[in-house]
Amino acid sequence: MTDYKSSELLRFTTAGSVDDGKSTLIGRLLYDSKSIYQDQYDQIKKTSERMGEAEINLALLTDGLKSEREQGITIDVAYRYFSTPKRKFIIADTPGHTQYTRNMVTGASTANVALILIDARQGVVEQTRRHAIIASLLQIPHLVCCINKMDLVDFSEEKYNAIQEEFESFAAKLDVKDVHFIPISALLGDNVVNRSKNTPWYEGPTLIYYLENVHIASDHNFIDVRFPVQYVVRPYSDEFHDYRGYAGRVAGGVLKKGDKVMLLPTGFTTTISQIDGPDGQQEEAFPPQSVTVQLADDLDLSRGDMIVRENNKPDVSQDFDLMVCWFSSDAPLKENGKYTIMHTSQEARCVVKKLRYKLDINTLHRDEESKDIKMNDIARIQVRTTKPLFTDPYRTNRITGSVILIEEGTNNTVAAGMII
Amino acid sequence: MNYSINHLKELESESIFVMREVAAQFENPVLMFSGGKDSILMVHLAYKAFYPARIPFTLLHIDTGHNFDETIQYRDDLVKRMNAKLIVGSVQDAIDNGLVREEKGFNASRNGLQTAVLLDELEKGKFDAALGGARRDEEKARAKERFFSHRDEFGQWDPKNQRPELWNLFNSKHFMGEHFRVFPISNWTELDVWQYLAMEEVPLPSLYFAHERKVFERDGTLLADSEHISKKPTEEVFTEMVRCRTIGDVTCTGVWRSDAQDVKAIIEEIATTRMTERGGRTDDKRSETSMEDRKKKGYF
Ligand SMILES: Nc1nc2c(ncn2[C@@H]2O[C@H](COP(=O)(O)OP(=O)(O)OP(=O)(O)O)[C@@H](O)[C@H]2O)c(=O)[nH]1
Ligand SMILES: [Mg+2]
Repeated sequence: MTDYKSSELLRFTTAGSVDDGKSTLIGRLLYDSKSIYQDQYDQIKKTSERMGEAEINLALLTDGLKSEREQGITIDVAYRYFSTPKRKFIIADTPGHTQYTRNMVTGASTANVALILIDARQGVVEQTRRHAIIASLLQIPHLVCCINKMDLVDFSEEKYNAIQEEFESFAAKLDVKDVHFIPISALLGDNVVNRSKNTPWYEGPTLIYYLENVHIASDHNFIDVRFPVQYVVRPYSDEFHDYRGYAGRVAGGVLKKGDKVMLLPTGFTTTISQIDGPDGQQEEAFPPQSVTVQLADDLDLSRGDMIVRENNKPDVSQDFDLMVCWFSSDAPLKENGKYTIMHTSQEARCVVKKLRYKLDINTLHRDEESKDIKMNDIARIQVRTTKPLFTDPYRTNRITGSVILIEEGTNNTVAAGMII
Repeated sequence: MNYSINHLKELESESIFVMREVAAQFENPVLMFSGGKDSILMVHLAYKAFYPARIPFTLLHIDTGHNFDETIQYRDDLVKRMNAKLIVGSVQDAIDNGLVREEKGFNASRNGLQTAVLLDELEKGKFDAALGGARRDEEKARAKERFFSHRDEFGQWDPKNQRPELWNLFNSKHFMGEHFRVFPISNWTELDVWQYLAMEEVPLPSLYFAHERKVFERDGTLLADSEHISKKPTEEVFTEMVRCRTIGDVTCTGVWRSDAQDVKAIIEEIATTRMTERGGRTDDKRSETSMEDRKKKGYF
């Protein structure tokens, strides 16, 4: 059991092409770490038998929807949980089908680690590249390439090395810092929780060992103070008659009681007079804490505004460049198209001023001619917003650097955007 | 200085963030309160999220009329303590008015009838968001839920066509008559809930702790002996030390043999148990996809 006073939370996601074994791997991880309950096990055993499968199908642990079971594929993200004495894990098992890329992005957007599965028989395919690009755009700090189905290639070291080389040469062109490789069989369990006897040539860690030990404490930005105001707390009671608190979740830096701060957009300066956390007053607040901040002066400040430091401001601008992942199957991304844009606790409208290029998934070539951005395409665009947003490059802050675009006619979320 | 927080504080922070988003983005949100530990956790987190102001959500209890007595007592005390507003949607009234029809037979349950009453209350109150304490680790269809889950004008969930949900940017846009279900404690497991409730010393209904109760066995599950369930002649009543792992309607909430008298013992029990908490819910056992089917129609 986790010692809950000291255990960290690690979020990881699966990625990779259809049938490369993502769901099976998650099932295996849960099964071998003894995180499956008896009734869940009995249930999927029964279903496997009914579907005429020889062995118990561990993918059924995450593929829980009727249509997923009928087709034997993953359609939407499934979240699963397990813990070891060191960490609690949140798993997002995502679909490999191109059609459901938006659900893969959903699962990956909050992850610390991405497990990219590659079928050892197929090697790196287009969808592997697409997901690797998305993982790099999303700045997932740690990537693990799980070369899977090693049992089907006789646990061949040559095959493994060739795929590792193939992936590395592609990843060299991407912005990824930390890539690991592990030869596994999700079906049989090799190197997942238990070290495999079939890969004596492999000296690295098992997957679970890696997940338990990868360093994640520095995945937040603790330097640049960013506090988007989410909600204003006004009790209107006799006891707290004059109370006015600014509730929000720290997006960057460390806020301290007594700190001199600046408010955006007004530019007024004041000091933090009190920080209220879930357990009462606290001296300081840092990501990802949710707190309520009180200020020394009564100034105009509401949802969508931001508390920062005078000598360390975000970009305050109406024009910026975005890398977008386009989700809409109905309508392509258009130059001059107008959308609602959400950013931290701000909402505005925006217009696509320029479509700079579309990224070719296979070659990473920047296609500046194509004006046709369809579902699952990745593109760089320039937008102009109706009012200034307070942004940082996504590279320096995943919270103040991200936006979504919403189509006004349908209310659908049509793009994930990362500020450059 | 070490700027890190443990996983319970991180979950707490995430849930508080989501609740504040609901208060900011919706006009008329309601918090669905069942009386179980997850609802109790929700109210506790909402209290923290808006302190020292009052919780900005009305509480909504869909009352099947088949409750454990302790549940209603606890609910009323909590409402008083929080100075909150409570609406009760009554399944009995809905039966009397002909909105729904009572099931018959030995496994009759009002569980399914709750959906119609819930949707009716949401419409009557013009609520545009209903906060629920469902968790993704509870059940395989729930494992697929977003934090902000869109419902059409019939209250239906379309699991094959959910909106993408990126980072912590929640799109609450909807048309008239549609609403959202919001699940702030999506990422908590049963064990997290108990560890947190222990850490926070939240008072809990006595049903969760081991006590002697008259029970009988049906399909491998122990059920509380109650006037609301008709027993078959072969079903014998006996007395056992039991506790509830979930609290729902008496007719479908199984009780578990247990000696756990306090939260610490419960935590130990859960950490070593081999069954999920919903393993004792007869409403989930009706078919393989019974939760998905109910959720599509608008169930909690
Ligand atoms: N032999 C062998 N088969 C495997 C292995 N891992 C997965 N499979 C099989 O590959 C098929 C697809 O596995 P899934 O886990 O459903 O694949 P997935 O990547 O989750 O697929 P999508 O979610 O639809 O993209 C199943 O029949 C698995 O049993 C492995 O290590 N060895
Ligand atoms: Mg899958």
